[in-house]
Amino acid sequence: MKLLAVTACPTGIAHTYMAAEALEVAAEEAGHEIVVETQGSAGSTPFTPEQLAEADAIILAADVEVRDKDRFVHLPTVTAGVKKAIGGAPGLIEQAVAAAEAAPKGGAAGSAAAAAETQLAVKQSGPGVGSKVRGWLMTGVSYVIPFVAAGGLLIALGFALGGYQISDAPSVTQSFSWTSHTSWAALLFQLGSLAFGLLVPVLSGFIAYAIADRPALVPGFVGGLVAVEVHAGFIGGLASGLLAGGLVFWMKKWKAPRAIAGIMPVLVLPLVGTAIIGGIMFVVIGQPLAAVTTGLTTWLNGLSGSNAILLGALLGLMMAFDMGGPVNKAAYAFAVAGLSTNSQTALLIMASVMAAGMTPPLAMALATTVRKKLFTEAERENGRAAWLLGASFITEGAIPFAAADPLRVIPSLMAGSAVTGALSMAFGSTLRAPHGGIFVVPLIGNPFGYLVAIVAGTLVSAAIVIVLKSVGQKKKAAATTESPSAPRAAAHA
Amino acid sequence: MTEQSALITADLVDLDLPSANRRAAVGALAERLQKAGRVTDLTQFLADIEAREQQMPTGLEGGIGIPHCRSAAVTVPSLAFGRSTAGVDFGAEDGPARLVFMIAAPEGGDTDHMTVLAALARRLVRKAFKDELLGATDPGHVAEYIRKEVGA
Repeated sequence: MKLLAVTACPTGIAHTYMAAEALEVAAEEAGHEIVVETQGSAGSTPFTPEQLAEADAIILAADVEVRDKDRFVHLPTVTAGVKKAIGGAPGLIEQAVAAAEAAPKGGAAGSAAAAAETQLAVKQSGPGVGSKVRGWLMTGVSYVIPFVAAGGLLIALGFALGGYQISDAPSVTQSFSWTSHTSWAALLFQLGSLAFGLLVPVLSGFIAYAIADRPALVPGFVGGLVAVEVHAGFIGGLASGLLAGGLVFWMKKWKAPRAIAGIMPVLVLPLVGTAIIGGIMFVVIGQPLAAVTTGLTTWLNGLSGSNAILLGALLGLMMAFDMGGPVNKAAYAFAVAGLSTNSQTALLIMASVMAAGMTPPLAMALATTVRKKLFTEAERENGRAAWLLGASFITEGAIPFAAADPLRVIPSLMAGSAVTGALSMAFGSTLRAPHGGIFVVPLIGNPFGYLVAIVAGTLVSAAIVIVLKSVGQKKKAAATTESPSAPRAAAHA
Repeated sequence: MTEQSALITADLVDLDLPSANRRAAVGALAERLQKAGRVTDLTQFLADIEAREQQMPTGLEGGIGIPHCRSAAVTVPSLAFGRSTAGVDFGAEDGPARLVFMIAAPEGGDTDHMTVLAALARRLVRKAFKDELLGATDPGHVAEYIRKEVGA
């Protein structure tokens, strides 16, 4: 069996490596292959796409946040503290093996699901450079999302409490009355705006961080601030993050004289990197990028009527295509990036994307509820969980169904999500938060239309899935009387 | 130069570590590091060690304690080794530590040195490595053995 493991501890100099060694020894003794990524201070060698695609399970032995966890969504996961791995490595290996064996949902259908997931994983890892760039960008985006969420919701609450003129309220540092609800609304709005102000710097900073670790953080952040300063928006942030990361990555290869080696990462790299990136952003590429941003914003704002509805449908198709994979993430990142432009259309797009991302799990939940016989026991169980996953905008909730029967499930889900995306646009629903699902509906512009859009898409997807599955089932039943899981596997083959 | 800047030297080995409590043991090893000129500010260094210890005890199953930190008070990545017959409690579930490795890393240390520390950490889970250290009688031999094992 091929296993992966990530080890990480707070200081990154002892337990990380001890755990790695213990896991390697234990895996070898148990006759399994293991590759360990030590996220410690001696630098870590990330897993190759091949390793990620071929792995059967992963062990995360860490007391701090594991970096770039998105890479492992397709793998059965065993989580433990880093000490557990040092003291009880054989146990963790056993658990991982058990998790890998339990993961396929029994028999032929299971292996089909596994095959489908592996395909997905291979697609995700894609060709070398492209997947790296995507990884960097997604790291940046993943750090930005909580800022957008907190900031967006604060702004929305401010509007809800104080009306739409709240954006013109005077600063709460100058006038704040404990008893005035306008003051509180202004406070929420202004806090949210401050959080929003951090979007581009955080995006830029963490893209740089993903490329070249901590020394790139300052050049990335400051580059992002400059992008804001010259009105180059998130496109400027993307550029400064990539540039800062690349520059520091290259500078890290310099052989520094022993005397200053110790201060390279804390002083020299941030200082030189920031000076260079800041300079480039200010005087070289800032203006052109600002022009691009203005153009994009104008284009977005100009989208209306049938164009906007088409865009909604397209984004809906993308959201349901791979449910959390790169295409889905591309649509999602487009929407989140738009939020920082403050354009009305961006809010429409965000609403449409979230609605379309909620529909797939909801549709599968509905389908498993109304036509139990078409699904296995495991799927019905997944279906029950999918209600909540869908309502929370976790599109991944539909993956188990798509993996087991991609040819029927994915097109059905895409159709429903396209309907939802288009309707949400048509109804003019707007959303300032990048996440939250059903729980942020009160803050959505035109919430009723929004819910109608989601329900419509859910019905469409569920109906198509049921029809497709029934047809396949009947044919199969006529041809053979195999075990219940066989028809789907055969249909897949 | 090589002897002074090596990860561990004979004067950083204490085969009869004060075992009254953790602070006594840590203090004795830290003083050795200070005498060797590897730690500038003893108070600062001990505070950094203690801060790490507070995050989560560094005792490990099998009678090992690894007090460690990155600290601005450290000049050279260093290892001090202490052995205690009675054992010192480092908070491991299965009892006190008989082998204590104090790992001192400078703030923002470069990757080469970190690799050495990583290699050391990896050895700590190997039985043969522990057995050799439990049976050793000569500080110079201990230092040389550890250097050879971690390739420093």
